[in-house]
Amino acid sequence: MEINLWINGKEFKDDVLPDTVLIDFIRSKGFYSVKRGCETSNCGLCTVLMDGKPILSCSTLALRGNGHDITTIEGIEEEALEFGGFMADQGAEQCGFCSPGFIMTVIAMKNELTNPSEEEIKNYLNGNLCRCTGYMGQLRAIKKYLEKGSK
Amino acid sequence: MFTIDNYVMAENLEEAYSLNQNRRNVILGGTMWLRLGRKKIGKAIDLSSLGLNNIEEDDEKFTIGCMCTLRNIETNKSLNKYFNGIIAKSVNNIVGVQLRNGATIGGTLFSRFGFSDVLTALLSLDTYVNLYKGGIVPLSDFVNMPLDNDILINVIIKKDSRRASYLTHRKSSSDLPVLACAVSNYDGEWNVVLGARPMKAKLINIKKNYNLTKDDVVEEMLEIIKQNIGFGSNYRGSGKYRQILAEVLVRRNIDEIISGGNHGN
Repeated sequence: MEINLWINGKEFKDDVLPDTVLIDFIRSKGFYSVKRGCETSNCGLCTVLMDGKPILSCSTLALRGNGHDITTIEGIEEEALEFGGFMADQGAEQCGFCSPGFIMTVIAMKNELTNPSEEEIKNYLNGNLCRCTGYMGQLRAIKKYLEKGSK
Repeated sequence: MFTIDNYVMAENLEEAYSLNQNRRNVILGGTMWLRLGRKKIGKAIDLSSLGLNNIEEDDEKFTIGCMCTLRNIETNKSLNKYFNGIIAKSVNNIVGVQLRNGATIGGTLFSRFGFSDVLTALLSLDTYVNLYKGGIVPLSDFVNMPLDNDILINVIIKKDSRRASYLTHRKSSSDLPVLACAVSNYDGEWNVVLGARPMKAKLINIKKNYNLTKDDVVEEMLEIIKQNIGFGSNYRGSGKYRQILAEVLVRRNIDEIISGGNHGN
């Protein structure tokens, strides 16, 4: 079936099978920052933004992306690098496996919430699992990152 | 994983209904849960282009389109001014924001999942579902109807001044609940709902004078619940454990309603 969508501002037209999930389509176009994790809608590793909202690309049909804007880390490289620096400073980067999805969700949260409380941050990041359980470092990094943004 | 032979963006409800009469065809919700199964789907029917992703409000009710996501209902300020915010509270622990941006209210309610937080909370309110062929049906009836090939168009929540409270017990914050409990009180009637038993949510309606002392209300309700609601076992907890949890959650919810307390989840 025909699909026409934008990934990081670039238009892609293609034919896909009806059961192709978005992560497979995105990776087939060379956006390898989007990683395959649990594939049960639980870990948040495959997070991308659709029209600015974080979604699970492992559980979303590619055809549902038809006509929409998809953003991956490659599309927000500058912001991702900046936040990555805060993660490094806080020792929040451990094995790094969860980082791509985690960073996408943090960027989405920054765009959606104004001055989120600690509780709101935790709630927003609830769907991003870190197998190293480095949550406190991640929380510190987010707070420092948001503090800088509000100055 | 499921497979799909064909994908159809429905142009109207009649087309969607007609296609859905074939047993191999499926109406798509958010596909979060459907994707985990192994169903061989003939035609996947998408309602996304039918404008059913809005929350409308008038003086008497909220009307929530079936394609509204759980995140839509979580962040709708107007909706959550009512019923002590239990609608937002009920979806708050469902995995994460990403999943809630995908999962739809229609998919969640039509499936009548045994683990559903949303079904539990909405059963405690004056809630109806609008079915394409079946018309408007109280959610309390719909929950016990067999699965069929109708289409849930929207969910209607009547506005009233009821007080409500919602609590769950989970092994971890984003896991499915071991037990979910919603209680509401309106005009001398108590609705007590227990979900994730692990069977689908069950509503008990108790007509009790609100002026009774708290202990009287609680003890009588607990006795009624014991007699009318069964609990099953799975790897999250035994039936006996759920029975004990039910007492605790019902007590806390009633306490919150009567005394205006606020138990954390």
